[in-house]
Amino acid sequence: MSDRLSVFKTYKLYVGGKFPRSESGRVYEVTDAKGKWLANAPLSSRKDARDAVVAARKAFGAWSGATAYNRGQVLYRVAEMLEGRKSQFVHEVADAEGLSKSKAAAQVEATIDRWVWYAGWTDKIAQVVGGGNPVAGPYFNLSSPEPTGVVAVLAPQESSFLGLVSVVAPVIATGNTAVVVASERAPLPALSLAEVLATSDVPGGVVNVLSGRTAEIATPLAAHQDVNAIDLAGADDVLAKELEIAAADNLKRVLRPQPVDDWSATPGIDRMTAFLETKTVWHPTGSLGASGSSY
Amino acid sequence: MSTAAPHALADVTASDSTLRRFLHGLPGVDAVGLEARAASLGTRSIKTTAKAYAIDLAISMVDLTTLEGADTPGKVRALGAKAVHPDPIDRTTPATAAVCVYPDMVATAKAAVAGSSVKVASVATAFPAGRAPLSVKLADVREAIAAGADEIDMVIDRGAFLAGHYLKVHEEIVAVKEACGAARLKVIFETGELSTYDNIRRASWLGMLAGADFIKTSTGKVAVNATPANTLLMLEAVRDFRAQTGVQVGVKPAGGIRTTKDAIKFLVLVNETAGEDWLDNHWFRFGASSLLNDLLMQRQKLATGRYSGPDYVTVD
Repeated sequence: MSDRLSVFKTYKLYVGGKFPRSESGRVYEVTDAKGKWLANAPLSSRKDARDAVVAARKAFGAWSGATAYNRGQVLYRVAEMLEGRKSQFVHEVADAEGLSKSKAAAQVEATIDRWVWYAGWTDKIAQVVGGGNPVAGPYFNLSSPEPTGVVAVLAPQESSFLGLVSVVAPVIATGNTAVVVASERAPLPALSLAEVLATSDVPGGVVNVLSGRTAEIATPLAAHQDVNAIDLAGADDVLAKELEIAAADNLKRVLRPQPVDDWSATPGIDRMTAFLETKTVWHPTGSLGASGSSY
Repeated sequence: MSTAAPHALADVTASDSTLRRFLHGLPGVDAVGLEARAASLGTRSIKTTAKAYAIDLAISMVDLTTLEGADTPGKVRALGAKAVHPDPIDRTTPATAAVCVYPDMVATAKAAVAGSSVKVASVATAFPAGRAPLSVKLADVREAIAAGADEIDMVIDRGAFLAGHYLKVHEEIVAVKEACGAARLKVIFETGELSTYDNIRRASWLGMLAGADFIKTSTGKVAVNATPANTLLMLEAVRDFRAQTGVQVGVKPAGGIRTTKDAIKFLVLVNETAGEDWLDNHWFRFGASSLLNDLLMQRQKLATGRYSGPDYVTVD
């Protein structure tokens, strides 16, 4: 046995591109599937949620205004960084979900592939759900998908990494910014993902990660007047109902929890379109030319 | 309010040398102690009903300000409407103390707040630099008063002050005060340009000796504006001035106060330094524009229990 003291990692929140502790100063014990202590994670309060929303709102303008191509490049870069830290995630996922090394490795690889999949969609979704509409008149009529704004995402409780990325990536791929509430029991992969995001090219505030009691953090987020949408993937039926009621007050878009048996199945585009709004504009071709021609 | 120096200190303004002797005879400022005191008072936790009281008090103390080259009559009217009813969906919200505009906008602002308690303050005397002949400055003040300004925010001649021509600064303030007539005079020192805390203390006393109704930190146009430390220093000055002469002078920090948290810190400073007599918009003001929106969002949060957002206040 070596007489070296191992250095334990202090897991922290990720808000506005920085790694703060919880405003409340609280932490809670995170254990593996068998109940063995793994680490202490921050136990976020409603004020951490408030700060995260401010950060996400601040980041929204630049992120939604970036070109779709640029967002795709940035997200692809995240996948590159994930690849480089694969062994760490395999370790964390194996601990969190009680999987063997090989099954955990398969999960992590599926997660990275999922990220790449969504990175590819950034500049293609507009062709699929938007486009030119036929009209009878001297106009163009164009529909384009626009991001909804700040989206609160309650990550799935069971699938700590693949499930997490499957709900976060579609939100930010389309130009929204996210406040993510990590799985309550297994938050460590989410907090490590934040470190990956911080070292890739994702601007600070685009993704904010909070760990703690899902109900405690989600309640103020659902009622928050400056949150535009909420994904209830990580809420149980009772909590989901409460949150949906709170969210109705400012007409938030709500994505109800949907049972997912297998997160590794091809997800389709539903999670992206759930947080897109269609903007339709009439654009006169105009009869401005001296000859009477539009051009 | 008298325009001449108060009786107890009447003789110190007799000549440049007596004034200098008096101002340089003021005790030096312990900079470390001052900043530590301001910081420690900033750690007070103000919650629930005390917070609700503080927010309403702070709203009633705001001098809602627009001092841009791009100010239009429409913008000033919108500002006036907001000053009268800061939160149109909650009429229990108090009105702000005043709107603060450039002299050429006074008439517009006056019409916009007509019939309410909101006063119209005007910056004058070649704001913000103050680099103009005295005759021009006085004309600036008279125009603003003629247009209906209730309060005048003047800037001191920092060049003269820093060069040690205290009597010149004093005489200028006295002349402007005379031109103000019944209007209250706020004297801006531009603390960010005075370099030292000693200078801020001297400027505060100089302004009060010359008959200022308010002493104000800054124009909001330079890098360093109101800080808790320099405001604390000025609050100590008005407290000591009243103790010596019986004359109460107001304080107005301006520039850089953007959040409710900051505003409440300033209110704690007022209460702990000058005392409750100053916790009133007749004696303490905030020169601010974006602060009001944050105060309103916090007020909505307290009323509803939900966090509010910038969609629920005006874009100024």
